[in-house]
Amino acid sequence: MSLLRSGIAFAAVILLAGASCATAAEAEAGAHAANRSAIVMFLVFAAGTLLITYWAANRTRSAADFYAAGAGISGAQNGLAMAGDYMSAASFLGISGLVFASGYDGLVYSVGWLVGWPIIMFLIAERLRNLGRYTFADVVSFRLEPVSIRTLSALGTLTVVAFYLIAQMVGAGKLIELLFGLPYLYAVMIVGTLMIFYVALGGMLATTWVQIIKSCLLLGGATVLAFLVLVKFGFSPAALFKAAIAEHPKGAAIMRPGTLLSDPISAVSLGLALMFGTAGLPHVLMRFYTVADAKAARKSVLYATGFIGYFYVLTFIIGFGAIAFLMNDPANYHVGPNGAYDKVTGLIGGTNMAAIQLANAAGGSLFLGFFSAVAFATILAVVSGLTLAGASAVSHDLYLSVIAKGKISEDKEVRVSKIAAVAIGVLAVYLGFIFENQNVAFMVGLAFAIAASCNFPALVMSVFWSGTTTRGVFIGGLLGLVSSIAGVLLSPAVWVKTFGFASAPFPYDNPALFSMAIAFGGIWLFSKTDKSKRAVLDKAGFPAQFVRSETGIGAAGAIAY
Amino acid sequence: MRANAALIEAIGRDPHFQTLVRRRTRFALALTALTLIIYFGYIAIVAFAPQWLGVPIGGGMTLGIPIGLLVIIAAFVLTALYVHRANTQYDALTRQILEEIK
Repeated sequence: MSLLRSGIAFAAVILLAGASCATAAEAEAGAHAANRSAIVMFLVFAAGTLLITYWAANRTRSAADFYAAGAGISGAQNGLAMAGDYMSAASFLGISGLVFASGYDGLVYSVGWLVGWPIIMFLIAERLRNLGRYTFADVVSFRLEPVSIRTLSALGTLTVVAFYLIAQMVGAGKLIELLFGLPYLYAVMIVGTLMIFYVALGGMLATTWVQIIKSCLLLGGATVLAFLVLVKFGFSPAALFKAAIAEHPKGAAIMRPGTLLSDPISAVSLGLALMFGTAGLPHVLMRFYTVADAKAARKSVLYATGFIGYFYVLTFIIGFGAIAFLMNDPANYHVGPNGAYDKVTGLIGGTNMAAIQLANAAGGSLFLGFFSAVAFATILAVVSGLTLAGASAVSHDLYLSVIAKGKISEDKEVRVSKIAAVAIGVLAVYLGFIFENQNVAFMVGLAFAIAASCNFPALVMSVFWSGTTTRGVFIGGLLGLVSSIAGVLLSPAVWVKTFGFASAPFPYDNPALFSMAIAFGGIWLFSKTDKSKRAVLDKAGFPAQFVRSETGIGAAGAIAY
Repeated sequence: MRANAALIEAIGRDPHFQTLVRRRTRFALALTALTLIIYFGYIAIVAFAPQWLGVPIGGGMTLGIPIGLLVIIAAFVLTALYVHRANTQYDALTRQILEEIK
């Protein structure tokens, strides 16, 4: 444990150095009175979570502890933690910024982020809990041949985690640079260091509590912010909307859909990616193993859906509040020499800073500091969940099953997972550094498209269709993975806007409609035509899998009746 | 697990198991279809008839606001419906199956 203690001390030193560095930067810039309170509040959060990590590390002994917190998390706690995994700083700042810029479109967008949760409930949650132990690959390889299936699942997991992580790391660096006055690289390194500590030392137990604390902070902070907005308008939404229409350059147009979804195929494709991608996110799926049984898994989804839905309603109010509070005050804007300013794009820090600027305008600098710290905590929680999912895919799927063919001790497996967590953390910092000046906004959409086109079809087909074979899932899943990546890279948003080519070979911004069809069609076709000996085994394994997936009979600790 | 082959076959033939699977599958598929219809119906309105969501309903509000909120509420209510039925009916059936194989 002395290693653990010195590790935590090292993290504290890094943080303090970062804080003093930020204070120096602040003194130089002579700006942002909120910085100091933001830094103090963040240090309190970091110290608290490191203490929790220390506590969790002492309770994390077995593989079940490390990957699944010993299945000892309650349904309500897990619901909060799932919401914590899902509500990223990017979605909070991005959606409130979208509402700020175009009004109603933000609501359309946020609805898409919610509707995946009922799907998880109806199709995935209980069966995942009944069939698996630590990763979603446990479920897919339940009756299929483990080496190729786990290779595919790990590939799907690691690609989703990589793109999601890059987007979060770059966003984190920029945000912290802006809010705390820290240099970009330093900010990325602090995020990387803390997440390595949480995951490598405290495993799922520490990661879960980081998520729970972050969820409470974010939901609490957003509630207060929405409350401050509504107080100003006497709790009358109509008065808020009237004020926003009066301020916004688009006027009454902010109360109806704009041009966000002008192309129906892209709209449907994005909808599919959000809906079924949510049900294929490895870090979300992994959370179902932290609860005792299928009943608690159901409760988790119900809580998560409630919290996330509530959160998006708050985000909508906050976006409109930002229009009403910020647009009439030039102090919030880059103002031209003639005193004119663009009420949308001229906002200091960009439209994604609308919620943060609103925290200052509605609640003062102390509240701004609090919100900055919450944003930092939010990022940390999301990247920790991703890192744990990636590390588990490396140790439990790749190392244990593919490389060692199941012949390593549990201790060694956990050790490999911890090493993988450190490696993923270091890699994430490095990628954050490389992609600093790249446009990475498309990467979260890409992560969802891959999850919907590789992980989700593999999971659904292996659980529900008795005819699914190893060859079918392997080839179909791979086709889904490749086609979703290709579709995003060749789309207008990336090929033209990011790479600078003249026209895009793939005309739609999201490939999920096509890549999901390719994946499901591929799994069906290559299963149907599979005449191998393995295919006979695969199909013969279905009845036993079916009984267990429907009842939980035989699942490790899954029945508590 | 192999020793349990007979047990699994017995459960598979159990009428309670068949009832459980039939009821739950039907309900889950109906709710999934309903979720898809509600969400993609909403997206279809946004894509093809955005003006309709902009119809004023008084006090600066437009029809789109309550409709958007209803989609969010529907997601939660449908989830809650499933959880309620699972907690009452499906768990009871599962318990019965467990009793029978004891």
